[in-house]
Amino acid sequence: MSLLSDDQKMLQETAASFLGQEGSIAKQLRHWRGIGCKDGFGHELWKQFGELGLTGICIPESHGGLGLGATEAALVLEEIGRNLTPSPFLGTAVAGARAIEGTAHGDCWLPGILSGGAVLALAVDEGPRHAPERTALQAKRQGNGFVLNGAKQFVVQGASADMIVTAARTGGSPGEHDGITLFAVAKDVGGLSVENEALVDSSKAARLTFSDVQLDADAVIGEVDGGWQPLSRALNAGSAGAAAELVGVASGASAMTLDYLKQRKQFGKLIGEFQSLQHRAAHLYSEIEIARAAAFKAAQLLDSGDDQAELHVAVAKAKAADVANLAVREGVQMHGGIGMTDEHDIGLYMKREAVLGQLFGDVYYHRERVAQLSGY
Amino acid sequence: MTDIDTFRSETRVWLEANCPAEMRQPMRSEADACWGGRNWSFQSDAQRRWLEAMAGRGWTVPDWPKDYGGGGLSAAEARVLKEEMARIGARPPLTSFGISMLGPALLKFGTEEQKKHYLGQIARGEIRWCQGYSEPGAGSDLAGLQTKAEDKGDHWLVNGQKVWTSYADKADWIFCLVRTSTESKQGGISFLLFDMETPGVSTRPILLISGNSPFCETFFDDVKVPKEQIVGEVNKGWDVAKYLLGHEREMISGMGLGMGGSLGAEAKPQDALLRAEIAAFDVDALAFAAMSERFAAMWKAGEAHPASPSMMKYAGTELNKRRNELSMAAGGSDALEWDSERSKGGKAPRDWLRSKGNSIEGGTSEIQLNIVAKHILRLPGA
Repeated sequence: MSLLSDDQKMLQETAASFLGQEGSIAKQLRHWRGIGCKDGFGHELWKQFGELGLTGICIPESHGGLGLGATEAALVLEEIGRNLTPSPFLGTAVAGARAIEGTAHGDCWLPGILSGGAVLALAVDEGPRHAPERTALQAKRQGNGFVLNGAKQFVVQGASADMIVTAARTGGSPGEHDGITLFAVAKDVGGLSVENEALVDSSKAARLTFSDVQLDADAVIGEVDGGWQPLSRALNAGSAGAAAELVGVASGASAMTLDYLKQRKQFGKLIGEFQSLQHRAAHLYSEIEIARAAAFKAAQLLDSGDDQAELHVAVAKAKAADVANLAVREGVQMHGGIGMTDEHDIGLYMKREAVLGQLFGDVYYHRERVAQLSGY
Repeated sequence: MTDIDTFRSETRVWLEANCPAEMRQPMRSEADACWGGRNWSFQSDAQRRWLEAMAGRGWTVPDWPKDYGGGGLSAAEARVLKEEMARIGARPPLTSFGISMLGPALLKFGTEEQKKHYLGQIARGEIRWCQGYSEPGAGSDLAGLQTKAEDKGDHWLVNGQKVWTSYADKADWIFCLVRTSTESKQGGISFLLFDMETPGVSTRPILLISGNSPFCETFFDDVKVPKEQIVGEVNKGWDVAKYLLGHEREMISGMGLGMGGSLGAEAKPQDALLRAEIAAFDVDALAFAAMSERFAAMWKAGEAHPASPSMMKYAGTELNKRRNELSMAAGGSDALEWDSERSKGGKAPRDWLRSKGNSIEGGTSEIQLNIVAKHILRLPGA
């Protein structure tokens, strides 16, 4: 594994300073939550992502992007996680951009993503648990186009999206990779109902119902029946990105908790002097370091096109979710009563972890992937 | 072709010509390792040839300077050598506490004479070393050690007892922590080197729960040690000891890496709940392997926290214990057989029992957590 290059370190510093200031909990998450924002994030901040060039990390240079990869995206996502910054970065600039790259839809949407103007969403899940190969949303050929019927859920920022990348079944049966097709769906298309749901972390995800939604043939992203390839590319990028964001969530929660251990006094002592808490804090530190290493390994293998990349993406997502979950549980517990209050930020980390943990498949989904990819 | 590519292809050719086929078989146990030393009897001619060939190039210690018997390789070249050895399944030519522990300490703290004298012997596998650290009354509280070395003008007079001395009954020399002053706990410790054949040294093996005896009790009764066989200054031995413990922890944490591939692929669990636990373990093991790679790269680049070997040691040994627990579960009653041929002499239960010591030796898990809490997290009163 290689360490960060000078350019990567510079990007990390840029992201840390931008998100630490402009993306802070007070300025973003608490602000939008407080006013009951329908998007759950700020479009102004998204434009600033664009001005700093961060939106172009996963966009090829031929389209004006930086042509970088999962490693650089991970650096930004770790800072996003640390600051709990709500933004379309992961869904739009990482997973969304990967879904449409190299297609006509890429030519159409990448410039908007680059400027921080466009928002994309990914509609994959059809039940409460992630199972992309079991896609069943029906897309039947009709004339020159397709008619879609079925439902999607957990479509992150679906109600705010300018375009929804939708996985549908044009052939084969649920459980098979072949026969899945990706469609570019505008959210105002006839027959589509969009319910904008607030999630536990104050982010928004849509439930979509497709009732005879008619799409032209040019709505197809990539090949008919061959959607698994761009979909898995998007899901791998998304999972690796979510892993990095989870590492940031874990780091942020742990830093906040360590501060508290060094301030809070009971029995005339700082509670950080108690060995029972010291050992738990040290264990958590060790786990976060390991999760970060797993996340970077996955990102680097994705970037080098290694055939072990999928295995390591699954490892990274499972490990990072596991560790972030430990970090937020320990965080709330070690804060004691104050950690149960809405006023304190530590609870916000617990809520964000719950959502990121599910996104692109939870710990159990990815452990199962690891078992299957390892041949058992 | 870049220099490193050239080095790789030359190394590949050389290894192909010089690594005997028998030395490309996986090691069945620690007993297959080549430890070297004055009294070493090679298990095969292949083992002897392999050690001689590698030592001849300084490749038993590829990144040590050539002047001290090393290969003088850059970090990148050493990595290539490691990869090329792994590619053909080459065994380590020499397993040695001299290489993994004493050598790095001598490179940092030794005098020029000491480096010249001892490092070459280590690199060639001529002297087998053991480590005299723990005592009956000084385990986790290592600095509480009482083995005494009195200054007798032209020599040190050593009296006391060590315990958990790995392979003391087979070692030629010992590197040993002794008390040279009672005025300060850590500041009264010195680091001595001496021959295990010196009159007054005796050893007694300790039988472990695994049925093996890798450790000994070691007794010193009026042992005379020449004055110059001290590493670092008098009463400054704790600095050497701490530095060396870092290397020991690094090595022990490497056990996590050396655990081999996927446990699930090896154990093929049929039971759904066991399979789920094994999958959870495999995630942790692969994540730790990524950590080991990252740690090695950061350590080499000087970017790792000085206390980070403690974190690695803690995580790696706890993981290895878990692997052994799950192996036992997957093995069922087969894994209970103690000495049958079918069970390869009870490999599973013996490995399982031996693994319990991983999180005790070289500083317990609890001590490692104390170190992380104090030096990395800077928690109060730690």
